[in-house]
Amino acid sequence: MSAPAAPVAATPTPAPAPTGRGGRRRGSAFVGTVPFLLYTGLFLLLPTAIILIGSFQDGSGGFTLANIKAMGDPATMDALWNSVVLSLVTAVVGAVIGGVLAYVLTTGAPGGALRRLVTAACSVLAQFGGALLAFAFIATLGTNGLVTRALASSLGITIDPNYLSTLSGFIPVYLYFQIPLMVIVFLPAVDGIRPQWREACETLGGSTWAFWRHVGGPLLLPPFLGSVLLLFANAFSAYATAATLVSQYNPLIALQIRGALISETGLGAPNFAKALALLMVLVVGVMMALYYLLQRRASRWLR
Amino acid sequence: MAEMTGTSAPLVQAESPLAPLRPARSGPRLRAARRRRQAAIRWVVVVLVLAFFVTPMVSMVDFTTRLLSGKRSGIAWRKVVDFGQLDPQAKDLLVDGLRTSLILAVLTVVIMVVLLVPTMTWVRLRLPGMTRTIEFICLLPLIIPAIVLVVGYYPIYRFIGQHFSTSSVWLALAYGVLVLPYAYRALDAGLSAIDVKTMSEAARSLGSSWAGVMWRIVVPNIATAIAGAAFLSVALVLGEFTVASLLSKNNLQTSLVLVSSADPRFATAMSLVVLLLAFLLLFVLTFVGNRRRARR
Repeated sequence: MSAPAAPVAATPTPAPAPTGRGGRRRGSAFVGTVPFLLYTGLFLLLPTAIILIGSFQDGSGGFTLANIKAMGDPATMDALWNSVVLSLVTAVVGAVIGGVLAYVLTTGAPGGALRRLVTAACSVLAQFGGALLAFAFIATLGTNGLVTRALASSLGITIDPNYLSTLSGFIPVYLYFQIPLMVIVFLPAVDGIRPQWREACETLGGSTWAFWRHVGGPLLLPPFLGSVLLLFANAFSAYATAATLVSQYNPLIALQIRGALISETGLGAPNFAKALALLMVLVVGVMMALYYLLQRRASRWLR
Repeated sequence: MAEMTGTSAPLVQAESPLAPLRPARSGPRLRAARRRRQAAIRWVVVVLVLAFFVTPMVSMVDFTTRLLSGKRSGIAWRKVVDFGQLDPQAKDLLVDGLRTSLILAVLTVVIMVVLLVPTMTWVRLRLPGMTRTIEFICLLPLIIPAIVLVVGYYPIYRFIGQHFSTSSVWLALAYGVLVLPYAYRALDAGLSAIDVKTMSEAARSLGSSWAGVMWRIVVPNIATAIAGAAFLSVALVLGEFTVASLLSKNNLQTSLVLVSSADPRFATAMSLVVLLLAFLLLFVLTFVGNRRRARR
């Protein structure tokens, strides 16, 4: 890493390269991004446009606000509140535990077996959502689960048979993918803290507290908060696990969409699912706006 | 540990001429104490987190081998070893789902690497003004998650079904979008860690082509990041349920859920196997990524 850094220090303004640059190449430079823009245009922006326009359309394609007004009902508002609480709790708890784990990993040998094992495990577990995760927790905390039986026989504690269908029951399940995601997302940032900086701080007489207060903390805070927002969005938009755990009712906003989508193919209100989708997009959009502000702050450090 | 002492050795040498300064003398001793403390904390944290993550796995093993009466039975695992013992309909469903998911994993990684790596590098080097735009597009699937996106995909996949085919392989185009935020963050971290601009300017001034910069400068330097992005993509595709199920396509997850209602023990056993296979694959890939970094 020190090799590429040396020329930067030696020549802050690279002299020979700029001669080839100029307006002549602006157009050809843009061509390089066309395949990417074309693909995302068709498979990301087009579906988004379909949802955006659909939320304000009635069954025959005319403009209406009925879909938006229909979201004011208590069931939808409760589901939204539940989703926000669940996402916030699992994002903060997951970020703290995952952040500590990520830091702890970097204090070990960089190529060590422990770190390789944990990184590989995390990249699998971070995406271990879906039905499989529901199977795993039913086998653990379900009526006949291992932990349920162990607690009942050893401590006499009975776990509510419906625990996994409740909001608090979702928390351990969601943490199972939130913590690994935090490790993956946060590890590169912690890796950026070089041992040399710590040593430099010590050479100048700084304590551990001084290092974290003036060097480590300020450097890691923006990526940490950014990760919390990412985890919030991740939990807020999770669907498959909750859908497998709860089939009777729809306590989360993502499940409300499932319900609306199913009823849409029947005789339900047309395009209500798209309006719910828009609501989700707005909530997560606020998170992402904050994330952008943090990114701008973090990139000031990088320059 | 060997590497830790390796990094500190030259520093001690560099400090020794400054022996009269106090921090230089106390430095190594402080560091040694801190390392011992760090090692202890490391193991406590890892063991605690490990317990949380291993318990559901152990429970799955327990669940697959335990009948409701409390007796043990290996029937679920015999079915995993030999799909022939499954109901023929379930077998066809599962084999098809498994094959589809593997093909989708490969296609998704190809789409991700071929589109994202050159575009992100290109934008950094030549179009810095577009960085925010590309980042916004890449993070958009977080704002518009799968459950939402699938509503918009519905008419698009109806069009593909009418004009091309209804094959589940087309899901790769949707999955390429779903992995964007994770792949972007992994690659962005890798690109931020190196000074792409200075390195490419150095290469260009020495006569390298843009393709040469890409292939010989950028890719080797962010190999770990590319491997990381690929890990996430594979794991996401193998675990994807929402889009496939709501678009009525068959992949590994949807087939397992269908099989699970009739045979939950087998479905749970199969989930464990899938998880372990994915884990093994990614562990091998991590080795590759690390070897490259070590060579550098």
